[in-house]
Amino acid sequence: MEHEITLIVNGVPRRTGVPARRLLSDCLRHDLGLTGTHVGCEHGVCGCCTVLLDGRPVRSCLTFAVTVDGAEITTVEGLADADGGLSAVQRAFAECHGLQCGFCTPGFLCTVTALLRENPAPTEDEVIDGISGNLCRCTGYQNIVKAVHRAAELLAEEA
Amino acid sequence: MKPPPFAYHAPRDLVAAVRTLAEVGGKVLAGGQSLIPMLNMRLAAPEHLVDINRVAGLDEIEVTPAGVRVGATARHADVEAAGVHPLLTRALKLVAHPVIRNRGTVVGSLVHADPAAELPAVLALLDGRVRLARWDGDGVAVREVPAADFFVGPMESAVEPDEVAVSAFFPALAPGSGFAFEEVSRRHGDYALAGVCAVVTARSAKVACIGVGPVPVVVELGEAWSDWRAAAAVVRAATDPEGDIHASAAYRGHLVGVLAERALREAAREGAAARGA
Ligand SMILES: Cc1cc2nc3c(=O)[nH]c(=O)nc-3n(C[C@H](O)[C@H](O)[C@H](O)COP(=O)(O)OP(=O)(O)OC[C@H]3O[C@@H](n4cnc5c(N)ncnc54)[C@H](O)[C@@H]3O)c2cc1C
Ligand code: FES
Ligand code: FES
Repeated sequence: MEHEITLIVNGVPRRTGVPARRLLSDCLRHDLGLTGTHVGCEHGVCGCCTVLLDGRPVRSCLTFAVTVDGAEITTVEGLADADGGLSAVQRAFAECHGLQCGFCTPGFLCTVTALLRENPAPTEDEVIDGISGNLCRCTGYQNIVKAVHRAAELLAEEA
Repeated sequence: MKPPPFAYHAPRDLVAAVRTLAEVGGKVLAGGQSLIPMLNMRLAAPEHLVDINRVAGLDEIEVTPAGVRVGATARHADVEAAGVHPLLTRALKLVAHPVIRNRGTVVGSLVHADPAAELPAVLALLDGRVRLARWDGDGVAVREVPAADFFVGPMESAVEPDEVAVSAFFPALAPGSGFAFEEVSRRHGDYALAGVCAVVTARSAKVACIGVGPVPVVVELGEAWSDWRAAAAVVRAATDPEGDIHASAAYRGHLVGVLAERALREAAREGAAARGA
């Protein structure tokens, strides 16, 4: 049976029909064509499918689209400013070489965006705890941690 | 890695939730952080899912001097942020990663009853209880199950297939008690290989251990000890760990002894400080 749902994705209401078993990750990628959200493990371990649900980072692979009918979702496509300029977090990742192949990056960007909203000046330990649920198989975490601190600086400068 | 098909129900109130469950059978969906991985891996294939995320009033966190009652859809992150029970808050920081805690629920974690999960140990240590509701034909019947009867086996709790767990009650710590939760996991945020939660007062010490038995292993140590290493040996003797690919039984046994001593010392020190001793 199909369920009619509406998700507010990156500020735009999107209506679609999905079977109950449709994961939010697959709904975003296949039904809505937003392939920026990546899928790695589909059991909550790698973090690359992380999106913001009503502002909070969650695993889109561990959420059914029907459960979040009516909710606001922000994906990596929605992080850039309205004029298309990269967000402070995105710029910091580029500047610090916080990505290589980019597979894990959408998850990191969403996680870090929410982390810095909640805690604008995290300590080293808070950064490491904050990104502990995101795996990167190629860049290594040194530059990613650096990028988080750099993003905090950029956000503070631009505030 | 896609979930099998199921019929989906999203009741808006508790009566509808328990009636639906009584009529169709199937499984309750709370935060989905354990159930959805099991569906994705096809380890479970329920014909019906009763999603309780829209049931009104289930997300409450009620604080009284006697303790904290946590509703079924209160997320780990919300209970952690509320900071209403120091031992529960401490344990929550050890549960998975922050992002998982944004969805996973405290009550779901108790019902799921993973032998390595932190929250069942806290409920068991504090002698807490879980409130269960079912449809009895004319109305909602409620029962309270004490922690000692709630954890039945690995991944098995006392919740019957037609029951919804509506809340869990965590009794407050007695004034002047100290607590600690020590665990070792392969990576931060993983399920623990072994862990020990301890509460020590001027006259008593009690621990609950995870990962070293089918359910949390609760050990009452009675009178205050001066030799925590000896107390830890008692704890270790009470556990019966099993080996798996992550750790051998012997290693888990060793760990639980070390962690028990560490947790007891820390809880005793903290309790003494709280009493100004
Ligand atoms: C990567 C990862 C790491 C994790 N690490 C840890 C960890 O270190 N420690 C830990 O404790 N947990 C860990 N978890 C599990 C997490 O804490 C889960 O959120 C929790 O175990 C289950 O809660 P839930 O609300 O998500 O339940 P769900 O996944 O929705 O449900 C789990 C089970 O409980 C039943 N259920 C849930 N709520 C109710 C209810 N109210 N009434 C009746 N039945 C109900 C469901 O039918 C299902 O069988 C981890 C999860 C992931 C994905
Ligand atoms: S794909 Fe969701 S956590 Fe790996
Ligand atoms: S950049 Fe390749 S996995 Fe992280």
